[in-house]
Amino acid sequence: MRAIWEYANPKKFITLVDRVLPGLSVLALAALSAGLIWGFFFTPDDYRQGATVKIIYLHVPAALMAINAWMMMLVASLIWLIRRHHVSALAARAAAPVGAMMTVIALLTGAIWGQPMWGTWWAWDPRLTSFLILFLFYLGYIALWQAIEDDDTAADLTSVLCIVGSVFAVLSRYAVNFWNQGLHQGASLSLDKEENVADVFYYPLLVSIAGFVLLFLALVLLRTRTEIRARRTRALLARERIT
Amino acid sequence: MIALLLRDIRLAVRAGGGFGLGLAFFLIVVVLVPFAVGPETALLSRIAPGVLWIGALLACLLSLDRIFALDREDGTLDLLATSPLPLEGVVSIKALAHWVTTGVPLVLAAPVLAVLMSLPPEGFRWLVISLLIGTPALSVIGTFGAALTVGIKRGGLLMSLLVLPLYVPTLIFGAEVARAGAEGLAIETPLVLLAALTCVTIAVLPFASAAVLRMNLR
Repeated sequence: MRAIWEYANPKKFITLVDRVLPGLSVLALAALSAGLIWGFFFTPDDYRQGATVKIIYLHVPAALMAINAWMMMLVASLIWLIRRHHVSALAARAAAPVGAMMTVIALLTGAIWGQPMWGTWWAWDPRLTSFLILFLFYLGYIALWQAIEDDDTAADLTSVLCIVGSVFAVLSRYAVNFWNQGLHQGASLSLDKEENVADVFYYPLLVSIAGFVLLFLALVLLRTRTEIRARRTRALLARERIT
Repeated sequence: MIALLLRDIRLAVRAGGGFGLGLAFFLIVVVLVPFAVGPETALLSRIAPGVLWIGALLACLLSLDRIFALDREDGTLDLLATSPLPLEGVVSIKALAHWVTTGVPLVLAAPVLAVLMSLPPEGFRWLVISLLIGTPALSVIGTFGAALTVGIKRGGLLMSLLVLPLYVPTLIFGAEVARAGAEGLAIETPLVLLAALTCVTIAVLPFASAAVLRMNLR
């Protein structure tokens, strides 16, 4: 197995993406549609929640990816700060809007589910609040990328922001627990079987989560490739202007 | 270091447009709230701790861009960066100066404004204590935000977007102390957490701020 660091070379990275992306996209599409169709049409309604339970197939994977996208950005930022691989910085940049979108999906589906179930679109519940704060962090991160002209400085600053932001996001998560009025149910998925949702809902949920992970990967690879090409174009244009 | 601290404080006090402005803003925010929610005393005294904390936080935010922007414009910041003083020290001093010129006046003004908000008498002590413990964290976090955006023209709005989410934990614990104090409940846990938060930010964030500043000055 070749070291992952080889793909720090933009050319190799693009070759890899070119080779992997079509298959990955098809897989993502297949898993997503399989999970969602299975979940929406071939699972029974919950005895208390009725048909609204089916929003779980969008809500839980999106929420999961919203957090994991930030984790991925954190790792990519660390790699950029430590090893100075440009591809890594660009991957972090590429992941941010996707992660922000996942956060929005999680919040929106949560609101749509909460309206009939809790009788409210929004409650200042610890989980909901920390997701809103996470969304704000995404916005700040994206805005900072766009505000700075020099690419390397932007990558440096956003990396530090990502690290500091992670710490504060975790802090906020525990700080809002203080209100202690959690309306949100516990984990739908955990290693502890007792806590899990029933098996009927469990397997389509897993497929749907796999679909979201693949979708996220495909989108990030695609966007990173675009960023690399955009930067290369800019460099070529700049060179032309000089000569 | 002390010379730098004195210089910063002197500049903030004498140069105008910064020192009193935060206080005036605090006053305005607190005065505006009763206009918005009505003059009902029971309601006002219930929301007083939160409003005072929000006011202090926003007043703090308002003066952040002055921490580095002016020094960068006239080149002082480059001199400081090349001086024998470590940049972490410079950043800490800057945060301290910001706290002395913004945080301390806010803490002193808070009881007066609390009267306007008809805060219950037993709440005054905890409001002042929570602000006294919490505002240093606001200054240190704000210095980080100011260091992040020092190279950006018209970075004020962006800085608010970056800094305000970072203020969330401090705000939660601080307002919780003030609220619990006003209602005569136990305040130990949020107070300890607030103090811990302040200590940790003071200990750790100057390194991040200095690192960010170095990237910006490159």
